Amino acid sequence: MELIAEGVSHRYGGTEVLRDVSLNVRAGEILCLVGPSGCGKSTLLRLLGGLEAPGAGRISTRGAPPEGCLNPLTFVFQDFALLPWRSVAGNVSLALEHHALPTAERARIVEDALRRTRLSDFAGALPRQISGGMKQRVAIARALAVEPAVMLLDEPLSALDAQTRELLMDDLVQLWARRPFTAVYVTHNLSEAVRLGDRVAVLSRRPGRVREMVEIGIPLAERRAEDPPLAAVERRLWEAMREEAMAADRELVDG
Amino acid sequence: MAELSAGGEAGEARPVPFRGGGFRPGRARWAAPALFAALLILWEAGSRAGIVSALTLPKPSDVALTLWGLAKSGALLEHLVPSLTRFAVGSAMGVSAGIAVGVMIGLFTLARAGLAPLVSALFPIPKIALLPLFVIWFGIGEGSKYALIAFGAFTPTVVSTWGAVDNVDRTLIRMGQSFGMPWRDVVRKIVLPGALPGILSGLRVSLAISIILLVAAEMLGANRGIGAYILEAGALYDLEKLFAGVAILSVMGMATSALIGFLERRLLGWRN
Ligand SMILES: Nc1ncnc2c1ncn2[C@@H]1O[C@H](COP(=O)(O)OP(=O)(O)OP(=O)(O)O)[C@@H](O)[C@H]1O
Ligand SMILES: [Mg+2]
Repeated sequence: MELIAEGVSHRYGGTEVLRDVSLNVRAGEILCLVGPSGCGKSTLLRLLGGLEAPGAGRISTRGAPPEGCLNPLTFVFQDFALLPWRSVAGNVSLALEHHALPTAERARIVEDALRRTRLSDFAGALPRQISGGMKQRVAIARALAVEPAVMLLDEPLSALDAQTRELLMDDLVQLWARRPFTAVYVTHNLSEAVRLGDRVAVLSRRPGRVREMVEIGIPLAERRAEDPPLAAVERRLWEAMREEAMAADRELVDG
Repeated sequence: MAELSAGGEAGEARPVPFRGGGFRPGRARWAAPALFAALLILWEAGSRAGIVSALTLPKPSDVALTLWGLAKSGALLEHLVPSLTRFAVGSAMGVSAGIAVGVMIGLFTLARAGLAPLVSALFPIPKIALLPLFVIWFGIGEGSKYALIAFGAFTPTVVSTWGAVDNVDRTLIRMGQSFGMPWRDVVRKIVLPGALPGILSGLRVSLAISIILLVAAEMLGANRGIGAYILEAGALYDLEKLFAGVAILSVMGMATSALIGFLERRLLGWRN
């Protein structure tokens, strides 16, 4: 399934956040969105996933979601958004409970999602008992459980420390290698973007527009953190972003 | 390393003083009974020594004897059963209506715009003043007492529930919606459990108010019940009986508080 934004603009009160954004997310790719702080990345993601309605323009999908898909557009949130009163398994099963599934089937899906994210041993633990990296893995397991057509990840790693971030990035690459998924991945971290993205969209400062679309021609599995070609892409992205970030930094927040 | 930590030319090594404690009350089961016992012993000793005159304050042992007599004669049950029934029925009605209205105010624009000012207008009314009105509406019997207690429990429950619903993390709600959860499920599985801590702590206030109103209602129009018993004792200046009645009320208060504490430990174990 493909996810398409056409001429999307959005404003909050007097603040224009997005201006005429058009992009499409192809089936099987990871599209990274980078841009200076406050440029509307999260807003764009919420619009793409239908959590908010765009002020102008159109968000649409084309093609059928994959077989067994329960929730085509599925979010992974920066702050995990786990229910603190539910166990790890309970949080994953939350996403399934309102679908008419046989109990055994639901249990199988939960088990499978926990195994894919290496959480089977922690099925009964409460969120407060596990580390931040594990919490985000629970959120990823919950997203995988509904077999999304497109996963929408909003800075999923930025609440984590650098080491955990590395490990989780490897996890994401492996998950993708075993069963490719389609994703929009918002981040402000360029090295994350070049590690995970098939394409990287650079947004301008607010109001956000697509300033550049960079295609990274290297297959995900073959990328290493210090690859010269990747470093070159990262440098190019930084050049594009630098100006925007500096200009954004000088603007008043409510200006 | 060794020279450094042992002091050497820089002088004695002094341990860094600990200054991070406090601000975190824990549990100490013995504290309340100990304080209680100490107060009673002091009081009893004072009475026996003649420092406290029996005309102003009866001896705790005399109050205990009165209670014992009350229990043996069966009069205790005769007063307690109607009181507890009124308390249970009235506060159950008030609390459940209060939670429903509080959730509505927390979730719907129109309910908030319409009902919130109404609740603010009702909250400060001394509910006891409305008893005559309730007697006209619901009769002199149990109906008016239920109504008074329910009304008393209703307003604080609304306010605490509404605040608790407001405090539920909106990203959790958006998360539920992003998984396509139907509205009912979002309320049942995210809003209500998230609001439960606030609702339960509000319940402590609501139930204490219910007990106050229970006594008031029974004083103003009942033959049986703790309130009627206290009124009768007061009219006769029988201080032992008066204090016996008051002791029963205190126990009721503690019992409801303990019940809520139990519920909190059972239902909110996920917090800590
Ligand atoms: N619900 C809202 N109401 C009003 N203004 C909002 C709302 N959400 C976001 N904004 C504003 O819109 C702008 C874009 O916000 P958004 O969160 O989309 O940016 P972002 O690119 O994700 O930023 P960050 O890098 O900090 O996550 C910001 O100026 C923000 O203050
Ligand atoms: Mg953001």
